[in-house]
Amino acid sequence: MSTDTQKNGSQVPALELRALCKSFGGLQATREVTLRIMPGDRQAIIGPNGAGKTTLFNLITGIYPVTSGQVLLFGQDVTSWPSHRRTALGMARTFQVTSLFPKLTVLDNVLLAIKGLRPSKFVMWRFLSSYKEVYDKAHHLLEQANFLDRKDTEVRNLSHGEQRQLEIVLGLASDPKILLLDEPAAGLSSGESTEMSEFLMKLDPKLAILLIEHDMDVVFDVADEISVLHFGQILETGTPESIKKSPRVQEIYLGTD
Amino acid sequence: MTIRFLALVVAFAALATVPYWMPGVYYINVASQILFYAIFALGLNVLVGYAGLVSLGHAGLFGVAAYAAGYMLQLGFGHPLAILVALVIGVASMAIYAALSLRSTGIGFIMITLALGEILWGLAYRWISLTGGDNGLSLKSRPELFGFSMSDVNTFYYASLVIFMLSLAAMTVFVRSPLGAALMGTRDQPRRMNALGYHVWAIRFYACLFSGLLTSISAILFVYYTQFISPQTLALTASAEVLLMVISGGAGTLLGPIVGATLVVVVKTVVSGFIERWNFLLGAIFVAIVILMPEGLVPGTARLWRLAWRQRERGASVTPGSAEAKP
Repeated sequence: MSTDTQKNGSQVPALELRALCKSFGGLQATREVTLRIMPGDRQAIIGPNGAGKTTLFNLITGIYPVTSGQVLLFGQDVTSWPSHRRTALGMARTFQVTSLFPKLTVLDNVLLAIKGLRPSKFVMWRFLSSYKEVYDKAHHLLEQANFLDRKDTEVRNLSHGEQRQLEIVLGLASDPKILLLDEPAAGLSSGESTEMSEFLMKLDPKLAILLIEHDMDVVFDVADEISVLHFGQILETGTPESIKKSPRVQEIYLGTD
Repeated sequence: MTIRFLALVVAFAALATVPYWMPGVYYINVASQILFYAIFALGLNVLVGYAGLVSLGHAGLFGVAAYAAGYMLQLGFGHPLAILVALVIGVASMAIYAALSLRSTGIGFIMITLALGEILWGLAYRWISLTGGDNGLSLKSRPELFGFSMSDVNTFYYASLVIFMLSLAAMTVFVRSPLGAALMGTRDQPRRMNALGYHVWAIRFYACLFSGLLTSISAILFVYYTQFISPQTLALTASAEVLLMVISGGAGTLLGPIVGATLVVVVKTVVSGFIERWNFLLGAIFVAIVILMPEGLVPGTARLWRLAWRQRERGASVTPGSAEAKP
């Protein structure tokens, strides 16, 4: 971490974006996005399809190289870092398209996720199941998420809603300080997305969350602050109430009703 | 589970007593061949089955290790040093291979490994001062192990069997190890693995090294078995043959490559003595496997077994039911 901000730990943003830009050929997918998320913040990014929300996530997590601008994690410039190193610093993400290991059991999915930040992930002469401490942690995570009774179920046999929740459990396995959620309620029924909101609201309050979501009920339940992205640009940032009332936002996104 | 355990015990007992029940020396030699080709197939299966990376250049690596052993012996070095150097050179070549080919996956990976295999084949053919070109390299002797000469058919078989069992044990542990689990993770969800903090490239690279080690081990056994190596060993057909062993037996299973190796070696050596067009027969068998059991012989048989089992159970439960329905 950079030295000047370290003393005042609470003042260091968990994630900071400075004038982030990304172009794909002639298309400017992200334009001058500046964002600041403090530890414990719950922020959401909303915007119509094609606004560049997932591109922004891919820039933050290091899947795409940025065209210009900076990404700072806990005060450290990680703009040129590969994904797995950002994860090691305390960032985790989930995916819009469920990316679990369908043929493994729920428990094995979590074991694999926890192992990701351990040096022993490269060991090939011991059984994965023989690491007691990792096993205990997986047990604990599954208990918190109410998955313990289904720990031996193969993931492909879970319902879509359960898979979306497990997606987040895997994100939590690395003990992140900031969690990026890419449409956690994608494809969920209204009942299931209420469950998802409750699930998200139960998470550790110290954990910073950046959320992309189409389901407005989930966004208004979970987020304290909302940024509206339109054509790769942040149009407006504010509390859920002010965003709801903003005429510009209503025009581009919520429709006029 | 107990049936599986029993089958494994029977299979092991059969393997351990091969010299006593095989009808002749020739067949014991065939069994030795099956064993080292099975190790080769196990090595390729690490990539094809567990990493999802199809290599069409593994015969090139196999050849490099075999030539290394042969050349060292020709220079007059002892067997232990020759074997060690062959292992090191085999794994080091795999490292170079991996560094070049892991830049891509899927078709790209196949094409790069294919090209590298062809380059090595060309080198073996043209670099006559080192490889003897088309004439190949001949080995004068097999090593002695604890006073047993490997020139004896039975001794060679048992040495192969021990090395085979060790390789299989290593494979069994590997598949259940953190690295094995991570490797399968990178096969199924590379993006997610990256987001979880895994260095996907490094995991694939280590898997390649393991594959290279098994390939080199089998190559050394091969070169001691035939006591001869020529560029033919590195040809594309040889690479394709191992790949077929893996796929026909069942990629991504422990026993699949062994069954595949058995099938190919038996058809190539034993059946070819009776049928002139054994190539045609092998092709026909592969087509049949692809049509009937696209997942490979081992998983396919397991599936049919389960199906038959379930049907029998259903049959048992239906009969009393229908008897009740009658009155």
